[in-house]
Amino acid sequence: MSEIVGAPTGAIPTSIPEPPRSLWSDAWSTLRHNRAAMTAAVVLGILVVLVLFGPSLSHYRFDKPNWDDIAVPPSLTGGHLFGTDSLGRDLYTRTLMGGRMSLLVGIVSTLVSLIIGIAWGATAGFLGGRVDRVMMRIVDILYALPFMFLVILLMVLFGRNIVLIFVAIGAINWLDMARIVRGQTLGLKQREFIEAARVSGVRPARIILRHIVPNLLGVVVIYVTLTIPQVILVESFLSFLGLGVQEPMTSWGVMVSDGALDMENAPWMLVFPAVFLAITLFCFNYLGDGLRDALDPRDRSGR
Amino acid sequence: MRGPKRVPRWLVLPLASLLVAAGCSRPGDDPTLPVPRTVQVGGASGEELAALQVLRKGNGTEPESLDPHRAEGVTSSNVLRDLFEGLVTEAPDGKLIPGAAESWTVSADGRVYTFRLQPNGRWSNGDPVVAEDFAFGLRRSADPATLSEYSAILYPIDNADAVVNGKLPPDRLGVRAIDLHTLEIRLHSPTPYLLGLLTHSSTYPVHRPSLQKFGDRFARPGNLVSNGAYRLNAWVVQSYIQLLRNPYYWENGKTTINEVWYYPVENAESELNRYRANEFDMTETVPNRQIPWLRRNLPRELHIAPYLGSYVYGFNTSQPPFKDNIPLRKALAMALDRDILVGKITGAGEIAAYGWVPPVTGYRNQQPVWAGWTQEQRNAEARRLYAEAGYSAEKPLRVQLLHNTEINHRRLAVAMAAMWRDVLGVETEILNQEWQVFLQTRRTRIDTQVFRYGWIGDYNDPFTFAEILDSKHGLNDMAYNNPRYDQLLLQASREADPAVRMATLEEAERIMLDDMPILPIYYYVSKQMVKPWVQGFEGNIMDHHHSRHFRILKH
Amino acid sequence: MLRLIIRRLLESIPTLLILIAVTFFMMRMAPGGPFDSEKRLAPEIEANLRAAYHLDEPLYQQFGRYLWNLAQGDFGPSFQYRDRSVTELIAGGFPVSLKLGGFAMLIAVLGGVTLGSLAALRQNKPADYGTMAVAMTGISVPNFVLAPLLVLVFAVYLGWLPAGGLGEAAFWQGGWKNLVLPVITLALTQVAYIARLTRGSMIEVLRSNYIRTARAQGLSTVTILVRHALKPALVPVVSYLGPATAGLITGSVVIEQIFGLPGLGRYFVQGALNRDYTLVLGIVVFYGALIIAFNFLVDLIYGWLDPRSRE
Repeated sequence: MSEIVGAPTGAIPTSIPEPPRSLWSDAWSTLRHNRAAMTAAVVLGILVVLVLFGPSLSHYRFDKPNWDDIAVPPSLTGGHLFGTDSLGRDLYTRTLMGGRMSLLVGIVSTLVSLIIGIAWGATAGFLGGRVDRVMMRIVDILYALPFMFLVILLMVLFGRNIVLIFVAIGAINWLDMARIVRGQTLGLKQREFIEAARVSGVRPARIILRHIVPNLLGVVVIYVTLTIPQVILVESFLSFLGLGVQEPMTSWGVMVSDGALDMENAPWMLVFPAVFLAITLFCFNYLGDGLRDALDPRDRSGR
Repeated sequence: MRGPKRVPRWLVLPLASLLVAAGCSRPGDDPTLPVPRTVQVGGASGEELAALQVLRKGNGTEPESLDPHRAEGVTSSNVLRDLFEGLVTEAPDGKLIPGAAESWTVSADGRVYTFRLQPNGRWSNGDPVVAEDFAFGLRRSADPATLSEYSAILYPIDNADAVVNGKLPPDRLGVRAIDLHTLEIRLHSPTPYLLGLLTHSSTYPVHRPSLQKFGDRFARPGNLVSNGAYRLNAWVVQSYIQLLRNPYYWENGKTTINEVWYYPVENAESELNRYRANEFDMTETVPNRQIPWLRRNLPRELHIAPYLGSYVYGFNTSQPPFKDNIPLRKALAMALDRDILVGKITGAGEIAAYGWVPPVTGYRNQQPVWAGWTQEQRNAEARRLYAEAGYSAEKPLRVQLLHNTEINHRRLAVAMAAMWRDVLGVETEILNQEWQVFLQTRRTRIDTQVFRYGWIGDYNDPFTFAEILDSKHGLNDMAYNNPRYDQLLLQASREADPAVRMATLEEAERIMLDDMPILPIYYYVSKQMVKPWVQGFEGNIMDHHHSRHFRILKH
Repeated sequence: MLRLIIRRLLESIPTLLILIAVTFFMMRMAPGGPFDSEKRLAPEIEANLRAAYHLDEPLYQQFGRYLWNLAQGDFGPSFQYRDRSVTELIAGGFPVSLKLGGFAMLIAVLGGVTLGSLAALRQNKPADYGTMAVAMTGISVPNFVLAPLLVLVFAVYLGWLPAGGLGEAAFWQGGWKNLVLPVITLALTQVAYIARLTRGSMIEVLRSNYIRTARAQGLSTVTILVRHALKPALVPVVSYLGPATAGLITGSVVIEQIFGLPGLGRYFVQGALNRDYTLVLGIVVFYGALIIAFNFLVDLIYGWLDPRSRE
C-alpha cells in the first residue's frame, strides 16, 4: 500500500532493508527525529496549558480595571509581570485569556477551511472537465465577494454567536485551500499510480481519499500553517470592526491592534501579545515543516 | 549527522523578535533618539512672515460634497468655511461678527431681521454679491428637490417647515431681497440664535449662473464660484483639496495665507505621524492615547479647548428595566466616578458633566444636587436607590450597554461597567455595533437599554440640545416624554426676552434632569495640533476656524 | 486558443451576474441605509432622497435597473459622494491601487521566489533558517502594526520618506517616494507566503527523479535550478497568485487607510461603513471581473509551467 514512485535512491544498501511500513508510522518516526518540530510541539503544548490554566492561577482577573495602575510597565517584583493595559488590567492574565480566543479561532476556523477546501479542490481537480470548471467558477465568485458584508450579514441574521464567527471565517478561507489542492490534484492525476488505480476500476471517491489526499498532505499541511496566522489576523480585523469578540473578552489580535496605538508610550502593551502571537505562529510553522517532511511519500531516506 | 554546535534553529526566531521588541523605547526617555527639535520660528524679530504662505491641514473623512446645501459633516464645513461666507461670520475666538452683511437690524418683536450687505462683496469670478444671491441660496437650501439633509436647521424661518416638507413652494420662504444690498428674513418666532445659524453652510449663497450652467457639477474645481476668502482650485478625491486666494474677496487685503491644502485622513494616528513629519501644519484631531506624550514633548503645539458637545449615555425609557424607573436611572448615574473617567480613561481634558447642555454663554449650567457630593456619598445614595428599585446582590441588574465601534468609546464602556459592578454589583453586557447599524438600533428603541448618545451643537445656544429631548423630536431615542418639558420648550421658543428665555430653558433642563432620561458623562473638548509657525489660531467653542485669520511665520 | 478565450468569456458572464446579484441583495439585507445620519431628516427630504436614488422601488426592479445601466457602462451615482459617479471614482482610485498592488506583487514574487529558492538549495543551513525567519516575521506581524512602525522610523524620526498621502509631485519626479513604505508593507506579507511556498515546493522538486538525473549528468546547480527546477516548483506559487491578489486587495484596505492613499480599498471601506450601495457594488463588480480575468491568465501560465496539467 505504499506509494513509492520511481527508482530507489540507487545507493548500495549497506544494511538489511527494513520491512515495508505503513505511511503513518513512517511519518511518526521521521517526525520524532525532527528536533525543531518536536520542540515546537512541546512549546505549543506548554502554551495551551498556560492559556487554559494560567488565568485561574493569577492574582488578577483579566477583566478588572484598576484606576491607580493604568499603563504600568512590566516588573518582576511589582506584581504585574507584563505590566497593565490602558485600563489598568493585568496584561499577563489578559494575554493568556486572549490566547484562548486566538487559539480557538485558529483551530476551529482552519479545520473548517481544511475540510471544505480539500473536499472541494480534490474533487474538482480529479473529476476535471465541466465539473471542475463549474466548481472553480463558484470559487471565483466567492473570492470577489465583499467579505466584510458577508460577515456583517451573518452576524445580523444569526446573532453574535462566537462559534458562528469562527465558522464564517473558516468558510471564507477555504477558497485558497481549494485552489491549491486543485492545482496539485491536476498534476497528480496524471501520475502512474493514479492511472493504475483508475484502470483497475477503483471508484473515484476512493481514489481521491486513499491516493490523492495523502499525496496532497505535504502541500496542504504547509498551507494550513499559513492559514492559521491568516485566520487569527482576520479575526483581529473583525474585532477591530466590532464584529468579533466583545468586551471584556479579548484576543491577541485585538490586543495587538490596540497595543499598536500605544507603540511609543507603552510598548509592552504591544510586545507581549505580539510575542505570544509570533511564538505560536513560529511553532505552527516548524510543526508544519516537520509534518511535511514526515509525510512526503517519496522520501524514504529519512534525515 | 548533526553538525557542530550552533544556535539551535528553533531559538533563532524568538531571539530575533525579542531583539526587535527591546529596541522599542520611548523617545522622550532616551537622549540619543530624536525628539522633535525646537524650531526657530519667526526670524530675528519673531514676527517675520514666511515667504511661502501655504497652509496644510489634516481634515478627517473626505467631504462628500462642496455644494454648501448638500454637504454635511464637520469636514465639509471646514472647507466650505474657507470657500464661502455667510451673512455672519466668526472671529478667531468664535465671536459673531459681520460677514457678507456689514450690519443688520432686528424688529422689536424679534421676528424680522434686515441685513445690509457689504457693498464690495464679490464672487471669485468678479461678479458682485447681491442680496438676491442669499435669498436664492436660502430658498434652494430649503427646497426638498435639493435633497439637502440639513435643511431642518432653517426651521426658524417663516414657512421653512412647510417648504422643506413640500407643502409650499420655495418662493414662499420668509426671505426677500428688498434691493441689491438689502435682505430681509422673516422668522416664525423670535430666535435669539439666528445670527449663529447664519454662519452655517446651509445658509450660504450660491452663484446662480454657475448653477444653471453646470448643474450637478457646479461644485467642482474650475466650476465652483464662491464668495469667501478662497476659491477651489483642485480636488482629488481621497487625496487633497487645494484652495487658492480669492482676490475679489471684499476683505482680501487682510488675508495672509495664499494657499490652503486639506488632506483627508480617517486615522488619527496616521494624521499625527504626518504632522510630526511636517507634512501637515495643523491636524483635525489628536489620538487620546498620545496626549500625555504630547503634553510632555510638544506642549505648545497641543491645543485643547472646550467644545460645544455633550457625551452622554441614554436610557431607553420606553422599555424595561428603565421604563418608569427613575431610581434605577439615578443609581446608575451616581455610581460613576466621572473624575476618574475624564482624568484617567479619556484624559484629553474633557469636563466631567452632570447635566445635558454644555457651558454656553448666558446659560447657567444645570447640575443635579448630587454633583457637589463626594463620590462616597454618591455611591451610598446609588446603593440606596438601587435597592429601592428592587435589586440586590442576589438579584443583580443585568443590563446591556450599547456603543458604536471606536476604541475610545469601548474603553469608557469597560470603565463604566467596572464601576457599576464595584459599587452596585450590576452585570453589564457590552455590545458594540458598526455606526450605521448602531444608529438604526438606537432609533428603533426596541432592543436598546443603555446606549451611547453624543450631541454636538449646531449653533451656540442651549436650544440645539434642549430640543432633542422634546417628545416629538425625531432624534429622541430615549423616548423621553414629559409634557411639562415640551411645554417649557414651546414657551421658550416664543419668548422674545433673551433672559426670560434662558431661564425657561434652564428650568426645562432641571425638570429633565430630575427624570434622568440621560446619563451625563462629559462635555467635549476640541483637540488639535498646530505648528508653532502658524499664528492666529484660537481654540473656540464651536471649533470653527477660518484660514484667512492665520499667517505663517518664517521657520 | 481563441476558442478558449471566447469560452472563458461566455462562462464569466453568468459568474459576474451571480456575483452582482448576491452582493446586491446581501447589501440591502444588511441593516442601516445610506441616509442614516445622526441628524434626523425631514420625512419629505428622506422620501425625495429615496426617490432620487430609486430606493422606493421594489428590489427586483432596482436590480434590473442596475443591470441595465451596468450594461451601458454606468455604475450609477455614488450615494456618499453626492456629486460624483461611481465610474469616475473607480477610474480615479484604480490606478492608485494598481500601482500599489502591482509593485507589491512584483517585489513579492521576485523576492519571495528568490528567497524561497535560496532556502531550498541551502536546506537546513543558516541561509535557510535566516530566510525563513524573515518570512515568518512577515507573516506574523500584522500590517497595521508594521505600517505605523515603519512610518515612525522612516518618516517621523529619520525624515527620509513621506509619512503618507500620494504627494503632489508626478511619479518620476519624487512621487515614487510616497509609494515606498506602502509597497514594502504590503509586499512583506506576500513575500513571506511566496517564499515559504517556493521553498516547500522547490524542496519537493529538487528531490524528484528528473532533477536527480540532471544532477547525475553533471549539470551545474544554477542550470538545474533555472532550467529544470524552477518551472514545476512555481506551480503552487502560481496557483497562489490568485489568493495573493485577493490578499493584496484586502491588505491594501488597511495600507491605504494608514497611508492616506486614494485607492479602491479605501473607497471600499468607507462605502461599506456608509452603505454606499453603488460604490461598493461597483468596486465588487470591478474586482470580480478583474479576478476572473486574472485567474484565466493564471490557468494559462499553469499550462505553460506544468504540461502535465493541461487538459
